[in-house]
Amino acid sequence: MKTIGEIISKYRDRSDLIDLLSEVQEEYGYLSEDNMRIIEQSLDIPLVDIYGVATFYSSFKLNPAGRHIIRVCKGTACHVKKADMIEGVLDDLLGLRDKQTTEDGRFTLELVNCIGACAKAPNIMIDDKVYGELTKEKAERIIKEFTGQ
Amino acid sequence: MKKLSEYVDTEKGAKELAGDRVTVGVATCGISAGAGETLKALQDANLGVLVDPVGCSGACYNEPIVTVKQGGVYSIYSHVTKDKAQKIVDAVKTGKICGELFTAHGLTEMDYYKKQQRIVMENCGLINPLSIEQYAACGGFKGLLEALLLEPKEVIDVMKDSRLRGRGGAGFSTGVKWSFVLGKTGKKYLICNADEGDPGAFMNRIMLESDPFKVLEGMMIAAYAIGADEAFIYMRLERPLSIRMMQKAISLLGEKHLLGENILGKEGYNLKIRVKKGAGAFVCGEETALMNSIMGQRGYPRPRPPFPAEKGLWDKPTIINNVDTMANVATIMKIGLDRYKKIGTEKSRGTKTVCLTGNVKRPGVIEVPFGISLKEIVYDIGGGTPDGTKFKAVQMGGPAGGCIPASLMDLPLDYEPLTAAGAIMGSGGVVVMTDRDCMVDVARYFMSFTQKESCGKCTPCREGTLRLLEILERLTDGSGKKEDIELARKLSIFIRDSSLCGLGQNAPNPILSTMKYFMDEYVQHAEQKTCAAGVCKNMLTYVITDKCVGCGNCARICPVAAISGKLKTKYAIDDEKCIKCGECMRNCAFKAIEKKSTP
Repeated sequence: MKTIGEIISKYRDRSDLIDLLSEVQEEYGYLSEDNMRIIEQSLDIPLVDIYGVATFYSSFKLNPAGRHIIRVCKGTACHVKKADMIEGVLDDLLGLRDKQTTEDGRFTLELVNCIGACAKAPNIMIDDKVYGELTKEKAERIIKEFTGQ
Repeated sequence: MKKLSEYVDTEKGAKELAGDRVTVGVATCGISAGAGETLKALQDANLGVLVDPVGCSGACYNEPIVTVKQGGVYSIYSHVTKDKAQKIVDAVKTGKICGELFTAHGLTEMDYYKKQQRIVMENCGLINPLSIEQYAACGGFKGLLEALLLEPKEVIDVMKDSRLRGRGGAGFSTGVKWSFVLGKTGKKYLICNADEGDPGAFMNRIMLESDPFKVLEGMMIAAYAIGADEAFIYMRLERPLSIRMMQKAISLLGEKHLLGENILGKEGYNLKIRVKKGAGAFVCGEETALMNSIMGQRGYPRPRPPFPAEKGLWDKPTIINNVDTMANVATIMKIGLDRYKKIGTEKSRGTKTVCLTGNVKRPGVIEVPFGISLKEIVYDIGGGTPDGTKFKAVQMGGPAGGCIPASLMDLPLDYEPLTAAGAIMGSGGVVVMTDRDCMVDVARYFMSFTQKESCGKCTPCREGTLRLLEILERLTDGSGKKEDIELARKLSIFIRDSSLCGLGQNAPNPILSTMKYFMDEYVQHAEQKTCAAGVCKNMLTYVITDKCVGCGNCARICPVAAISGKLKTKYAIDDEKCIKCGECMRNCAFKAIEKKSTP
């Protein structure tokens, strides 16, 4: 695991703040107050600016997230192809709603705008992989396989 | 100036493309259908021919797609999942065609492509996206070389003369935009806006994943024309594959010394290109918000003027163009004005990439000349709506766009006619809707999207969209009143006229356009409390018909025990307990359960 100092050392410029925060989150799963304070001191960026950026963009998390992120696409094509049903599957199988994490810390659910695989709607994305043309049964199978239920 | 062959082994690329070859489409759509496993299976099979990953040819409905080229004959195979890969292996080894998976001997044989005209997407799905040699062999960098023979101002004149309009949505002349920075000296920046955030639009993703060098070539031409030595491509975090492809493509260009200083031996032509990742904010597609985000700030928009060409990144003159525009720039310089001018309409020349999705038989990405009718797009290319449904409308232009009803399907695909009809061209997303889609629900869906994505800076958008959403939620959950319709309409106009940026100004469009064409549905929701499409749950009743044989399956499935009855007699649903999940209807083997929209 990279230390916070190692990550910060790669970024010098105020304009790199979003890239820096993204990498910190990639490594630690979320942006802790401690880490944001270290960034403040190392790069001389006011904490309020760091916090401002961290709370503006939806991908930044201020609380620990699960090791795997399950994203349910809420794009237009998915909506007309009844993506609501997939939210129901995740609620049934994992007891998760938007931005919630399972108790064992393995999975976090995020409802996202559009992952851009509209022709295969409805879609979900687990970590970086997209699963398309889902039916209720297919979604259940994928989630069960992935979670080992 | 130096020759391209001093930098890129074009012959190697030409040889690869000319020989026998098996390709698998592994863009995001393909991967979601399992193309990654198919590619691996074919690579592991020792076929004795080149097995190449390619991007997406746009026919997403056929993924995973494998194309075999043997002895100069192409065979396109569809739906080749891993378990069917062996059939392709057998076909290649025996030199025969696998009839079961066979689709066509070339794209032009397929109905899907017959009305398309592919000049921007010409390489998509055909070349290995990360093979700079194959790109060059297909005429890549020809446009750049042509541009470098001209003075920067002459390149801008070519763009003006081509009448290329920005493909990001507004349709402003690219050449005119570039000319704004012409006389300015000192540092200038170029930005390629790849923050493709409209739900239902993924043409940029297809370009970035399938032909990244074409986008980069367009940027190289643009940077030369406007005199920028530093460029950014701002990309959407939710598209990880696009980001990886673009980063690799940029580093390959660097390795070949096609980025850096005195590029191609042209004295003083210097350029570096950097990928900047967004962090999940729809408003950052707006150019002033995007620039703030590149500078590491909150992605707030600001009033214009000053426009970016005056005061952009770090207050320096900045030109921002969309991915599709950049690819068009490279295309125009490559094929020349004479050929380009013959495509499209007088006012809007060239082609438009369009994402065709929703309830249509053949969803995917298409490239069509401006002026083609919407009917041709939905029926001739898309194959119409799924069996048993009736076509109702297309939604165009994403959350800023509007709906166009079936009765106006003769409208041409062009900026002005679409705007006049209450929709917009936008980025070019076309979502097909049928009699099973509720237009009030669609308006509610878009409003929930915009409301969440409102950055909160200006009051009309921040507060107004929330109130609009509340009204639409009332209308769709059955608690709406007749007055709500007029209230929503008035508020919509107010938000449109008083918001700071495009996000708020266009947010009411989905409501206003559905009211224009589907007012009857609003009235039904508000007054009769019915939803004819059967979408709004609170207005539905599930009933068991006389087809019921009394098997009792539905009673066992029902999650809330709302169904009761005696075996071998007709069962009944208690509407009070029913949560309208539809499980009983989906699982009834005798199709004895129907949903009705009367309360």
